[in-house]
Amino acid sequence: MSDTRKITVATCSLAGCFGCHMSFLDIDERIVALVDKVSFGRTPLTDIHTLHACDIGLVEGGLCNDENVHVVRHFRQQCKILVAVGACAINGGVPAMRNRYGLAECLEESYLYGVGVADPQIPSDPELPLLLNQVHPIQDAVKVDYFLTGCPPPAEAFLELLTAVLENRAPQMSYALRHFD
Amino acid sequence: MTDQALGITIDGAAVPCQAGDTVIDAAHRAGVYIPHLCFHPEFGPHGSCRLCMVKAGGRYVAACTTPATPGMSVESDTAEIKELRLRITQMLFVDGNHFCPACEQSGQCQLQATAYGLGMQDLHFSPSYPKKAVDASHDEMLLDRDRCIQCNLCVRASDRVDGKHVFSLGGRGIETRLMPNSASGLLRDTEFSAEDRAAHVCPVGALLFKHDNYARPIGRRLYDRTSIDRIGNRRADDAAPGGSAP
Repeated sequence: MSDTRKITVATCSLAGCFGCHMSFLDIDERIVALVDKVSFGRTPLTDIHTLHACDIGLVEGGLCNDENVHVVRHFRQQCKILVAVGACAINGGVPAMRNRYGLAECLEESYLYGVGVADPQIPSDPELPLLLNQVHPIQDAVKVDYFLTGCPPPAEAFLELLTAVLENRAPQMSYALRHFD
Repeated sequence: MTDQALGITIDGAAVPCQAGDTVIDAAHRAGVYIPHLCFHPEFGPHGSCRLCMVKAGGRYVAACTTPATPGMSVESDTAEIKELRLRITQMLFVDGNHFCPACEQSGQCQLQATAYGLGMQDLHFSPSYPKKAVDASHDEMLLDRDRCIQCNLCVRASDRVDGKHVFSLGGRGIETRLMPNSASGLLRDTEFSAEDRAAHVCPVGALLFKHDNYARPIGRRLYDRTSIDRIGNRRADDAAPGGSAP
């Protein structure tokens, strides 16, 4: 297949742990078959930082700060197909377990009163993104086309997604590829 | 005894009935799986989860509260009804705090297995992240209301089998919570024991043993490889394969 017919994939990790990215890499040697068909746009895997128009955007993690919201909106603008990857992107996941507490409570526990805190102060550098009051799934900010469930989704789910897009069909996730953990 | 004359059809297949059967009673006995969470053959109907919604006589009805009447024609396994059940399941998810990767019951949870069975991959609705108190006061058992779907099974089991009346559903509407019946409102101040029937009916991870969780590795848990419509609503501590519930 020539370069012009390659699909472009961009990825990012918002309020996530990069576990989904690690699972993506678990496609191992099967990546060889994709080399001629897929190229990367912005992704931490290749350290490309600029997002241009692309075919697929894989978004790991939920939304915990204002930067996450800007990034996911930018991905939605630039990606033909936007995919929520993993439990955190789909329902907020483990980071959303902070939603039962107030934001001030979380910051105070982490930076003022937590065990072993030295020089207690809540970080306020203007370069730091502002935290949202609650963690949200990405579907709360943008339209999502496909969802890869799991924590993380298995490598086979990524492979099925890419294969389906290359074959111009909807992904078909088998029972084993639809687990939530 | 089943009586063919009392029989109904479910998706065109004849299902024999006994006098007094509900639709789900007859289906359960005949081995026809109708998704459900609040129904359990030992404890009678509750009609709250609405997952057993079927169509009979042109109306949507809960199979667990609808009497099977002779000749009744029931639709269950249709695309239209499966879509409704998917939405009901998604509503159950957004109505609680169901973080499967962090839950001891993952892989053995009937809510999760129901979602798998219906092909659920997203929440559809925005999660509500309700604030619900955890009760960790009891020595043996944890009450995690984040995961409670208010199926009332522990209430019925404690009332009817254990005779202890440990639980009730208190409050109204979205403020409804599972409450231990004690002056303090805490589980430790009830007669609840891990030996009670009520400790062995929770379909999700709301009433949880404090010890020996994660005993089965991923890949060997109840619903890791087998869907709920094939093995029925089971718990890891059911006595024998096949379990006590359909």
